[in-house]
Amino acid sequence: MGNSYRVALAGNPNTGKSTLFNALTGLRQHTGNWAGKTVSLAQGNVLYKDKTFNLIDLPGTYSLFSNSNDEEVARNYIVFEKPDVTVVVLDATSLERNFNLALQVLEMTKNVIICINLIDVAEKQGININERILTNRLGVPVIKISARNKKGFPMLLDTIDRIVTGAIECVPVQTTYPDDIEEQIKNIEPKVSELIGNRLSARWVSLRLLDGDEKLLNEISKRFGQKEGSE
Amino acid sequence: MSIPKIIKLVNGEKGNLIRITSLNLDGVMRRRLLDLGFVAGAIVEVIRKSPLGDPIAFRVSQTTIALRKEESSRIEGVLMTDGE
Amino acid sequence: MSIQQLYSEAQQLSTAKLRDDIVQRLYERSHRLCREGIKYTESRRDTRTEKLDAIFTSPIFGFPIMLTMLGVLFYLTIAGANIPSSMLAEFFGSLEIYLSAFFTFIQAPDWVHGVLVLGLYRGTTWVISVMLPPMAIFFPTFALLENYGYLPRVAFNMDRLFKRVGAHGKQSLTMAMGFGCNAAAVISTRIIESPRERMLAILTNNFVPCNGRWGTLIVLASLFMAANFTGGLKSLVTTGVIVGIVMFGIIVTFFVSWVLSKTALKGVPTHYTLELPPYRKPKIFDTVVRSSLTKSWSVLMRAVKVAAPAAILTWVFANIFIGDTSILMYAVEFLDPFGKLLGLDGYIMMAFILGLPANEIVLPILLMGYLSTGSLTEVDSLVDLKQIFLDHGWTWLTALNMMLFSLLHYPCGTTLLNIYKETKSKKWTFLAFLIPTVIAILVPLIITQTVRFFGWL
Repeated sequence: MGNSYRVALAGNPNTGKSTLFNALTGLRQHTGNWAGKTVSLAQGNVLYKDKTFNLIDLPGTYSLFSNSNDEEVARNYIVFEKPDVTVVVLDATSLERNFNLALQVLEMTKNVIICINLIDVAEKQGININERILTNRLGVPVIKISARNKKGFPMLLDTIDRIVTGAIECVPVQTTYPDDIEEQIKNIEPKVSELIGNRLSARWVSLRLLDGDEKLLNEISKRFGQKEGSE
Repeated sequence: MSIPKIIKLVNGEKGNLIRITSLNLDGVMRRRLLDLGFVAGAIVEVIRKSPLGDPIAFRVSQTTIALRKEESSRIEGVLMTDGE
Repeated sequence: MSIQQLYSEAQQLSTAKLRDDIVQRLYERSHRLCREGIKYTESRRDTRTEKLDAIFTSPIFGFPIMLTMLGVLFYLTIAGANIPSSMLAEFFGSLEIYLSAFFTFIQAPDWVHGVLVLGLYRGTTWVISVMLPPMAIFFPTFALLENYGYLPRVAFNMDRLFKRVGAHGKQSLTMAMGFGCNAAAVISTRIIESPRERMLAILTNNFVPCNGRWGTLIVLASLFMAANFTGGLKSLVTTGVIVGIVMFGIIVTFFVSWVLSKTALKGVPTHYTLELPPYRKPKIFDTVVRSSLTKSWSVLMRAVKVAAPAAILTWVFANIFIGDTSILMYAVEFLDPFGKLLGLDGYIMMAFILGLPANEIVLPILLMGYLSTGSLTEVDSLVDLKQIFLDHGWTWLTALNMMLFSLLHYPCGTTLLNIYKETKSKKWTFLAFLIPTVIAILVPLIITQTVRFFGWL
């Protein structure tokens, strides 16, 4: 289908990600309050304007360094299945920990929306979030919602729509690391680039190789080793 | 406050603020703790002990995480204030 | 150059503390983003969560509150399910009359009516009327506690006890789930991130009696253990016996966890972190509807899928005769000596074997055997029921042994299937079958032989 797009939902556990998923898709699915609740990926469709957004609820994880099976599932989906948009759902009351995951996603893929949930709870606790400043610092749209009260959905859907049509261009601002690490990245990034082309972010792959991510290594050899012939 | 007092997280009292200086763990546990925000420089607050004394709940990067003493005895930091 | 070569090159460049530096830098940036983009006007603290935690995890109130919650959950489930269960049974029963009439009308052969109505229909609807109401109460209530954020506090309170035997505090939650349904509880062990502790939780979950076994336990306790009591005292004694049985199951859980963590699961990596999220008022209606529709429904569907063939099989066993003895009776006679050794009998052993697909049908199959009716049977009054048992030589020892066997024996078919799906290992699934079975044989064997040795009976 020409106007069907895949939208992945990533986020920490306890951020209301599944609540958002359920509210948007209407799919009957139970929402959990702890890590690793949704292991087999739930999917559901949202109709918006003339388009269909196929939402994929990724496992809730604290990071995407593939420490666990869940993290690997979420990471592999974002990197290899290449959803048209990745929405990172954040808990407005614990943004510091939640940004950690969002920043990792920004290194892996381009079309990202930072979706700050539980905004009603945060406002009650006196937390005022300036999404303009955050958008500016991150280079991707930042949207405030309350999935519980179904607030902010039009804005979220409209932003997804504008990203897939190309009306908004995401330019994720990359995290810079201490000089020695940047030096190492510079060293191997060109070689990574040569090997994998623009199928993955070369900077990100370099970083993962430096970090000794064998699971990613195996995944790359498996996927790209096979694909070469069939494509 | 003249001499920084280094303590282990497990020895913190309720209300103590501790700035982490080192994690003496390896492998998956170390990586998981890092992901949760137990990184050098982070400020951790001791929230409460479980009714049976272990695990202990800590406030780190705006979330509450409970650790067993096996882990919290391997994280060290500078004691910043005594709880009021 | 291949990706592998690149990897080894990268590893030579890299240092051991790279991951620390990366995560530290990510957190520094998070911190900066929060400082720049967020204003904290009032107090930064979520005082409500702190106040609630002071109560729910308090050294004084923590455990009593936990036990009360568990008690209320059981009470709601058992008391609330009674009426809808009997209403459903009545409804299906009256429908059966019409079905039978229809089969007579179309002049269907007796065996067709037997297989389809007395076997398939009666067996499946039995499972539905026994299972559906408790699950429609248990799962939504459990989900409300879960979505409110209370359950992680239980894990926090209980962890110390579980740590002693090498298990995870969250196992207390999967066990609580097991009281509803072991099959669903096996799936819920996904909340335990650490592989070793998760396996322990899977392998021992069966030792908490699921709702399919509650019925058996309650009936036997009230018929045989509390027989000499009347009125309020009777239900008190019944409750006491049930609590004792559940406690025994928990002791076995701890013991088996301890043994496994020292033997088969020794050295498997372990790690522990538990987030205590803020308390949040759940969307009550949404939660109830969603968990009823998804969890209760899907567990029920799977149960029906296994109950339906079992119901047919049971009928066929009971109604195919070799000479003048049914296959079922041959099996009963074959199993009888072994059953007697455990203080049970061949009928009881047969009922548990045919009851593998669903624990709910164990008692009906047993009655079917005792009354030689050839189809699942319900007895209207408890007095009649007791007489049937007494006629077949039951004593309090038989009842106790059957309760223990029911508590300890192998998981039901659905649970075993889920264990296989979750562990993806035939070995562990087999162990999940073997460990309870061995214990379920040993415990009644020891009790029976002891009682007989001392001549207490």
